[in-house]
Amino acid sequence: MRDFPTENGGALQVENIQIARNGTALLDVPSLRLDGPGPTLLLGPNGAGKSLLLRCLHGLITPDRGRVLQGGELLNQAHRARQAMVFQRPVLLRRSVAANLDFVLKRKGFPRATRKHQIAELLAEGGLSDKARQSARSLSGGEAQRLSILRALALSPDTLFLDEPTSALDPTATQTIEKMILRASSRGVRILMVTHDIGQARRLAADVVMMQGGHVVEHGAARRVLNAPESAAARRYLAGGLVT
Amino acid sequence: MQGFASEFATATTLILTGDPELWSIVLLSMRVSVFAVLISAVIGMPIGAALAVARFPGRRATIVLMNALMGLPPVVVGLLVYLMLSRSGPLGVLELLYTPTAMIIAQVVLVTPIIAALTRQVVELLAEEYAEQLRSLGVSRLASVPVLLWDARLALVTALLAGFGRAIAEVGAVIIVGGNINHVTRVMTTTIALETSRGNLALALALGAILIGIAVAVNALVSALSLRAEQEGLRHA
Amino acid sequence: MIRNLIRAASVSLGLLALPANAEEPFIVVQSTTSTQNSGLFEHILPWFEAETGIDVRVVAVGTGQAIKNAVNGDGDVLLVHSKADEDRFVAEGWGVERFDVMYNDFVLVGPRTDPAGVKGGDDITGALTAIFDAEAPFASRGDDSGTHKAEIRFWADAGIDPTDASGTWYRETGSGMGATLNVAGGMGAYALTDRATWLTFGNRGDLEILVEGDPRLFNQYGVILVNSERHPGVRAAAGQRFIDWLIGPDGQSAIETYTLDGEQLFFPNAE
Repeated sequence: MRDFPTENGGALQVENIQIARNGTALLDVPSLRLDGPGPTLLLGPNGAGKSLLLRCLHGLITPDRGRVLQGGELLNQAHRARQAMVFQRPVLLRRSVAANLDFVLKRKGFPRATRKHQIAELLAEGGLSDKARQSARSLSGGEAQRLSILRALALSPDTLFLDEPTSALDPTATQTIEKMILRASSRGVRILMVTHDIGQARRLAADVVMMQGGHVVEHGAARRVLNAPESAAARRYLAGGLVT
Repeated sequence: MQGFASEFATATTLILTGDPELWSIVLLSMRVSVFAVLISAVIGMPIGAALAVARFPGRRATIVLMNALMGLPPVVVGLLVYLMLSRSGPLGVLELLYTPTAMIIAQVVLVTPIIAALTRQVVELLAEEYAEQLRSLGVSRLASVPVLLWDARLALVTALLAGFGRAIAEVGAVIIVGGNINHVTRVMTTTIALETSRGNLALALALGAILIGIAVAVNALVSALSLRAEQEGLRHA
Repeated sequence: MIRNLIRAASVSLGLLALPANAEEPFIVVQSTTSTQNSGLFEHILPWFEAETGIDVRVVAVGTGQAIKNAVNGDGDVLLVHSKADEDRFVAEGWGVERFDVMYNDFVLVGPRTDPAGVKGGDDITGALTAIFDAEAPFASRGDDSGTHKAEIRFWADAGIDPTDASGTWYRETGSGMGATLNVAGGMGAYALTDRATWLTFGNRGDLEILVEGDPRLFNQYGVILVNSERHPGVRAAAGQRFIDWLIGPDGQSAIETYTLDGEQLFFPNAE
């Protein structure tokens, strides 16, 4: 693992962001700074606001109030172009596996000759080389999620957001995905991933952000948060209680 | 009714033996309607897709209007196109009245709303599914139009077929702007109308049978092609 | 696959796009359904086209609509059968000059059962009066055509306004001659038709000729060149050539030779 993440565009910060619907606060984070070198996992029960926070950080949602910063600057298109996101349910284009990768490489402006080479490399990385010409819609759940991660990596992002990418997958498929995520992290891609799976957090996280009810209840090194949580909410969740 | 049966048999023989007069009528029908559908697709699909992704005041009303235009009465369209193309009309100098081009124009007016409205429905569904992913990839709403159209291509074939069905079966508009001129603008439907007015009901019915046959054949061909495209996993996509 | 599709599409498009006899000179004749449905044009036009190389494109609609289309300039020659309207067309400057071309006659057809008892007569106003008295169904063109205008004249001669009964025994189809005969056959109604359309009509069913031979049933056709001073796009030279031919010896004899089952359909009478 790299010690000094110098190329990830600087720390991601939020300041006083709030999102409310019908008078209920869905997200309310006064301050959060994410600059750890290893994967940061956002952990918490359903409805804790993890996915909302992730979308704010990626600029998919503009919070009602507050600001998102990267490297001290307001999040802008240049930052966003260096970010990528993988969704809980992979959204694959109705094209071949290779064409899904080609789509983003083309958008990045790579010439046809190098794209072909890049696609082959990416497919090998995801173990999908033999499926290049198959329709992406015919892949299994695990394969489809691998492809969507490869497609995100094809953007050469400095930050990769993942929103519960393995929640619908079996343990084997989950393991493969986790390995891909760790490899990307070891190459210097900042990983920000949402999960409600404590085991997954233990396996992957360098840092953990514990959330509940739209609030960040605890943030720190994974080992400390997971083993010696300071907040009652975190303790309850980690004890396996179905906290809501 | 015996006379009717024998007349129908004669008409069928005429058709099966490839009577050149008859086949030139069939070919003209196809030519006019295929062109009309292609032009309508070029106009209607981007409009439908843009309407599916764009957000602007009056969007709902535009969609309602477009859906209503799907049911445009052909005779009214024929009349409007006639008034435009007549020598007394604004486009009279083009000398297009009573030509196949005039018929294509009328059919484009009829078919474009159908293709645009169906495209809007298909693309809107797909756009919902793709929305976050495309935004994540930094694809703007406008730039997402070709992506969505391409990915909806199999469903859009149905829209094309619906448009073709309307075009090839339509008589009210083409008889006004085409004039049903022998060897120039006489197509299947206007021939059927003419033969009916001559009281040659069996011949009219036999022509109707061909028309249905063409519609079935075109639909079968296109659905076979798109099925194959789907099965082959869109290898060249 | 996609490439094959595109290739197939472009090949078929190429075939479809072949232009139809593009350069040939042509004229547009606005005429009536009776001349087209009877097959007259198919009989006489090949002679003219062979002699001059001018393609004659016939738009067959009711006389009323044909005249309106000609007023709009959407035709080079007008060939219809409603003399009063034709004279007005010329008087208002839309046409150059009117010439008699040919005539035939109207006949009253009706169901064999003949509920009004008009069969065998030769008095059209008397027959219409009988139909009125019996309130027997009558199918009218109702479309402003030459035949419709003649019918209205005959009712007026009989002193009857049948439109008072519109929708009851008097049915206005608003359609062409053939369509109206189809309706009359379907509901056992009387109808006025020109003889040429009747003779070539293939769906007579229970209908037959009941009244004919009244001199008032005379049906005159006239031809007019559309005025190119009103509509500069009019192909005046070619149109005039067609009229000259039609009222000249060649055209007149071509009309004379058109028969169906040995019966002559139109009688040339150009001066």
